[in-house]
Amino acid sequence: MKPSDLGELALRNLREAVLRNALTTLGVAVGVASLVAMLSLGVGLQQFTNRRLATSGLFNAIFISPLTNFGGFERRNQAPVAHPRPLDEAARKEIAALANVVEVYPQIRFLTELRYHDIPYTTAVSGLPESDRNDSAFDGMEGRFFSSPGADEAVLQIRFARQLSRDPASLLGQTLVLHYAARVPLNAQTAASDAGAAPGGKAGAAATTGAAGGFSVVPREQPLRIVGIVSSEPEAGFGGFRGGSVFIPLALAQTLEATQVSDLRQVLQGPSEGRDYASLIARVKGSGDVAAAEDQIKQMGFRTFSLFDASRNLQLLFALLDLLLGIFGSLALAVATLGIVNTLVMAILERRREIGVLKALGAADGDVKQLFFAEAGVMGAIGGVAGVAMGWFIGRMLTWGTNFYLHRRALPSVNVSAVPWWLALGAIAFAIGVSLVAGIYPAARAARLNPVEALRYE
Amino acid sequence: MKAGQEAVAIRAEQVSRHFSLGKTVIRAVDGVTIEVAGGEFLALLGSSGSGKSTLLNLLAGLDRPTAGAIFVDSRNLAEMSSLDLARYRSRTVGMVFQAFNLLPRMTLEENVELPLRLAEVDRGEREARVREALERVGLGKRAAHRPGEVSGGEQQRAALARALVNRPSILFADEPTGNLDSKTGTEILELLGEFNRALGMTMVMVTHEAQLAERFAHRVATLADGKLAADGAKR
Repeated sequence: MKPSDLGELALRNLREAVLRNALTTLGVAVGVASLVAMLSLGVGLQQFTNRRLATSGLFNAIFISPLTNFGGFERRNQAPVAHPRPLDEAARKEIAALANVVEVYPQIRFLTELRYHDIPYTTAVSGLPESDRNDSAFDGMEGRFFSSPGADEAVLQIRFARQLSRDPASLLGQTLVLHYAARVPLNAQTAASDAGAAPGGKAGAAATTGAAGGFSVVPREQPLRIVGIVSSEPEAGFGGFRGGSVFIPLALAQTLEATQVSDLRQVLQGPSEGRDYASLIARVKGSGDVAAAEDQIKQMGFRTFSLFDASRNLQLLFALLDLLLGIFGSLALAVATLGIVNTLVMAILERRREIGVLKALGAADGDVKQLFFAEAGVMGAIGGVAGVAMGWFIGRMLTWGTNFYLHRRALPSVNVSAVPWWLALGAIAFAIGVSLVAGIYPAARAARLNPVEALRYE
Repeated sequence: MKAGQEAVAIRAEQVSRHFSLGKTVIRAVDGVTIEVAGGEFLALLGSSGSGKSTLLNLLAGLDRPTAGAIFVDSRNLAEMSSLDLARYRSRTVGMVFQAFNLLPRMTLEENVELPLRLAEVDRGEREARVREALERVGLGKRAAHRPGEVSGGEQQRAALARALVNRPSILFADEPTGNLDSKTGTEILELLGEFNRALGMTMVMVTHEAQLAERFAHRVATLADGKLAADGAKR
């Protein structure tokens, strides 16, 4: 029989027992809806998490530090390093030249004093690179990000801003004064102290490298205009290294030459050509490039840390979640499958004589089998399409309910469910496939019917 | 009888069909040998349980013999695959039943179209052939009715049209007048006779009405207890 005739006869047969077939198809639709709703939750949560992680900048970053023999941090089976390679400018350039590395910048964070209306506050100041402009931590911030990479501007963390004023928004446009300990190489000390004598002047320009291997610590001031207030801490989750209450442009932080804890270690290591970095952050194009870059940096003689493994575990977690949700969602579909088998077996009993007539008129066993398969497939296809629509609707309702709850707690909206095209098409194909499998037994049974006995059936 | 009609259309050789009912073997057809010439109208006469319908089913390819051979166009039905038997039923033979066996949810037109669908005839050609078959049996104006909306005679006419529509060379009729009054039954047999004469179609009809068999068939063969009790001469 031609496929068009097969489809036409199948639809006609389904219309004959419309209530029973509609209920069976509804069963398939509910099963598919359950599957789609469950998986749409998994997909929605995964997309939400991936979006947040992608904009956080955490999963494409590698934290680099020099190898140390400091107890507790290195692997236990690792031999002590006699001459750890310094993390200096040469190393930074070498790392920056690696494939897929977008930028390499030093981590600058120091504890210091800030004055606002002549009242001193001790807090941590952290330098932010220009690329952090797109960090999701700045979504919905009050004010704005730095106007330029080297601007004399500051963004405050909300908790610190509340210490300064009961109305944090009023701080925008105000000026803070940063008091800090600048590092001045011994051979440049005199010149630097002269330059630093000017009130509000930048001292970093005079802080050239000294060959003697030592430096002086000189008090300096830097006025900063408050341009933004941020609710969350940018990159705060990255091992706690970037945490701070006041953020300034990284280029500005570098010119300040503020003393950091690692400077003391460098003094003890003896004379060096330039200032070593306590740590660097390398950003790669995507999270998939982290592993390769990390291996290369390790081979260069540095210690690395990234959230790549955590990210990979997260993907594994979501895969398992999807699998479990899919299994639970499929249970309803499995029950619906039994409904299809039952409906088709009933149809064979009812249409026994008709099968006999078809065979007497020249239908081959295969024609009869295909007819029952087509009926099962049509039920699966209609049930699949209806089920995807129902599943999508359930997902929207879940999102609506979740956002209603979040809005009542003044939290931003989230999309907890998503039905991508592959899920919709996959669910329909799965429903058709499962229905065809359910049709195997009834179709084979119908095809095997002896036409003489079938014609005799009343 | 036209020239060339003497060629054998069907030849059954020592055909048996036995059924097992527990330990009992029922010999529904037992060693029957019979020939049907091309264009002949053969009536298989017998009382209930004589095996005439079982023999008809074997000749029509609806059942397989337990023993023996049935040759149609030099091909042994007993050795054909089920797919070949289906093709034989579709292309070579037409069948008419006592209970009409029209599908009640389809119109007469759709019922008649069914063998054409199974034979994969193009949709465009189907319409013309269905109309022609229905008009031949006088049901041109009843095409859109369902079987339940027409009389028994009209249902049997529609069944005849369905049997004719694929232009078979052999028509098997199993008690075609069994569910009809005598007047309508006679009309149906007149139609069968007309097809036999006009189309040169070979006819094998099962009946238990001797008078009708004698009146319309060229030859009457009688079955009793599964065996061929008498095979009359051609008229």
